[in-house]
Amino acid sequence: MGLKQNLHNLKEKYKGKKIAPLFNGFHTFLYLPNETTHGGTHIKAADDLKRTMNTVIMALVPCLLFGMFNAGYQHHLATGEVERITGFFSGNFWNLSNLWIGAIKVLPLVIVSYVVGLAIEFVFCIIKGHEIEEGYLVTGMLVPLIVPVDLPLWMLAVAVAFGVVIGKEVFGGTGMNILNPALTIRAFLFFAYPTWMSGDKVWVHDAVNRAGTADAISGETILGSYAQNQEVAYTMFEKFFGFIPGSVGETSAFLILLGAAFLIFTKIGSWRIIVSTFFGAAVMGLIFNAVASNGIITDTSKFYGLMSAPWYDHLIIGGLAFGAVYMATDPVTASQTNKGKIIYGFLIGFISIMIRVFNPAYPEGVFLAILLMNVFAPTIDHYVVQGNVKKRLKRLQAKTA
Amino acid sequence: MSKDIRIKKGLDIKLVGEAKEVTTELPLGSVFAVKPDDFHGVIPKILAKEGTEVKAGQALFYNKSDERILFPSPVSGKVTEIVRGARRKVLEIKITTNGTQEYKEFEKVDVSKMSGEEVKNHLFATGCWPFIKQRPYDVVANPNQAPKAIFVSGYNSAPLAADYDYVLAGKEAELQEALTALTKLTEGKVHVSVGSSKSPLANAKGVEAHNVQGPHPVGNVSTQIAQVNPINKGEVVWVVTPQDLVVIGELLLTGKLNVTRTVALTGSKINEPQYVNVIAGAQISDVVKGNLNTDNTRVISGNVLSGEQVEESGFLGFYDNQVTAIPEGDDYELFGWNKPVFNKISTSRALTFSWLNPKKKYDLNTNTNGEHRAFVVTGSYEEVFPLDIYPMQLLKACMYKDLDEMEGLGAYEVAPEDFALTEFICVSKQPHQKIIREGLDLMMKELG
Repeated sequence: MGLKQNLHNLKEKYKGKKIAPLFNGFHTFLYLPNETTHGGTHIKAADDLKRTMNTVIMALVPCLLFGMFNAGYQHHLATGEVERITGFFSGNFWNLSNLWIGAIKVLPLVIVSYVVGLAIEFVFCIIKGHEIEEGYLVTGMLVPLIVPVDLPLWMLAVAVAFGVVIGKEVFGGTGMNILNPALTIRAFLFFAYPTWMSGDKVWVHDAVNRAGTADAISGETILGSYAQNQEVAYTMFEKFFGFIPGSVGETSAFLILLGAAFLIFTKIGSWRIIVSTFFGAAVMGLIFNAVASNGIITDTSKFYGLMSAPWYDHLIIGGLAFGAVYMATDPVTASQTNKGKIIYGFLIGFISIMIRVFNPAYPEGVFLAILLMNVFAPTIDHYVVQGNVKKRLKRLQAKTA
Repeated sequence: MSKDIRIKKGLDIKLVGEAKEVTTELPLGSVFAVKPDDFHGVIPKILAKEGTEVKAGQALFYNKSDERILFPSPVSGKVTEIVRGARRKVLEIKITTNGTQEYKEFEKVDVSKMSGEEVKNHLFATGCWPFIKQRPYDVVANPNQAPKAIFVSGYNSAPLAADYDYVLAGKEAELQEALTALTKLTEGKVHVSVGSSKSPLANAKGVEAHNVQGPHPVGNVSTQIAQVNPINKGEVVWVVTPQDLVVIGELLLTGKLNVTRTVALTGSKINEPQYVNVIAGAQISDVVKGNLNTDNTRVISGNVLSGEQVEESGFLGFYDNQVTAIPEGDDYELFGWNKPVFNKISTSRALTFSWLNPKKKYDLNTNTNGEHRAFVVTGSYEEVFPLDIYPMQLLKACMYKDLDEMEGLGAYEVAPEDFALTEFICVSKQPHQKIIREGLDLMMKELG
């Protein structure tokens, strides 16, 4: 008994009070509640929303850990303290000094994201008197993974506050939002602090501080190099396994694919969206390759660099893989019908690469494409569902005719 | 050859406490009750006031909207109490027996020579009409509409359900007589589904037989209607269960209304799961006497998905042929939301391992395994929902009461029980059956 009984007594005491949602929020993290079924089915399956969200977080942890090591590695590489690595298990990458940079740069991002987001969530739950929903657990984990490592914490805090309130709470909380909250936060950063976010410095720790000094280091991403029609200095191996600069968690296509496999196996992530997003991106990439190789666009064009980048490069660099696996699959903001999911995913991939190539300010389009398709997801669903409605009407007409 | 009914989508929920094929005759209990709530949408007008002596088969009340529809007393005795709830709604009509069963004598008839209208009037007079239910809306059939077909599901796929092949054995004559009567009531066909060739219904004449195969809810009659002859707007299908066919058949042959059910006592809290013969409306304590582990137990009249929770002092539902007893789950579970789960059923694989061993039987309790949430996860309902309907979209249409959308999305084709599996697996723990029931009630009120 002990703890369990004491917490139960507290729960009874707080029942109906303002504090109840907050207390229950923590209580249910420790104990599965003692609620029983009333009316309806007398038994329920084992899964609840917490378990579902927790599964997504587990799939994200490898990306976070890798991102922490990579933050340090990119910094040390740029300052010339370590050599470029040649194998996945190289000691130049997996060492404590890399992890230390990661810990002091990435962990604060995680903490700020969770503290600010959950605080707002709690306030809204107490005001509205409903239970604390788990949606932010995943959002709070996604946010630090899709921002550049040198992002100032105050910017993150402002963006999270904006994203949670405008992206989610105004619609009524988890399950009601139209836009993916994590991407709303990312978009806010992009549009509110454009000079900071679209620069070529923020992707590597300390690059901003050192700019203009004798110790200046480059902090540019591969997409940035392509966009400026420069040679890209990374090998396929580095791109695929993620030893490249970029947002914290998005660089390792390998780990993201492992996460995708886990999500699909557990039936939490929709394989339809993941596969069709990659497919859509590949199609757009192939179209651009064809355009570039047929000489329709020559190397004097400012789009030539990104257009001529091989299509499979587009799939593994930048945020496409991360977006396809963790962002596009958010069930609340994605299409809800199975057919709709395939169309939705395809268009995300297709438009991502299009925006990436044509965006003059900043060579990345995944988050914009997903937000755009979030808006159109209900429309896609509408037409899919109407198909079902029409089939039913046709059956009736065949009968009466 | 008639059309077979095969589905792939669905879920068989395997629980411990399956009834052994042994049937015990129970002595006639002392108190019985008829609950008007068992007949959804019926507003009772009492015929037998408190203190009246009734015989088995004599009407207790009729339906306010159609006074031809009589609701019979299952036993003979004295109406001792009419229990009323809020706004004087009739909850239970209790009848105390005197130890012997006296039947009201009805005419013996030869249905094969009767017309549809005569059969109908005979069923009205004998109190058998409530056994005929209708789609849409899943209520007692409206006799003023002509059904395009009549369906009988001779296979029950619900968890721990009574095995029809066993309980109907030896009742071939009654079943045939009742089916013949049904063929008079429709211009269309009478469809009978059977789970195996051993079924007493397999060789029925004058009807179209269908073999069914697949996981639950293949035994739900909505699933079968959708495969054979889907309901369109404006059409009506009538539905009768096999155990009610037996009652109707016996009445037609003998002139006595004998609502004896072979009830399966199931679930992990029943000491000796088996079958018993009891009369509908029997007191639960009589039905499970000496066979129930009462330690923190929930008793359900019906199955675990769509049944009604009853107290031991409560009564067996009028249509039910199953009593299930399972443990209450009113306890906390440390880290129950994230630790690996081996002892519960799940359709996901999110550290839940029921997919490893699909044959295992589980001892599930009534814990909700999580709190009520808004709809979040998509695409999971479709895996257990065999109808060509978008389940979540229909649920939402019912919640925001858009009648046009409900109609378009197929609300005429469903009954609440069809949403039992989606409710079972719902991650957000939404009450699907209740949402659908309220939606159907609204449609019935607004559209008629």
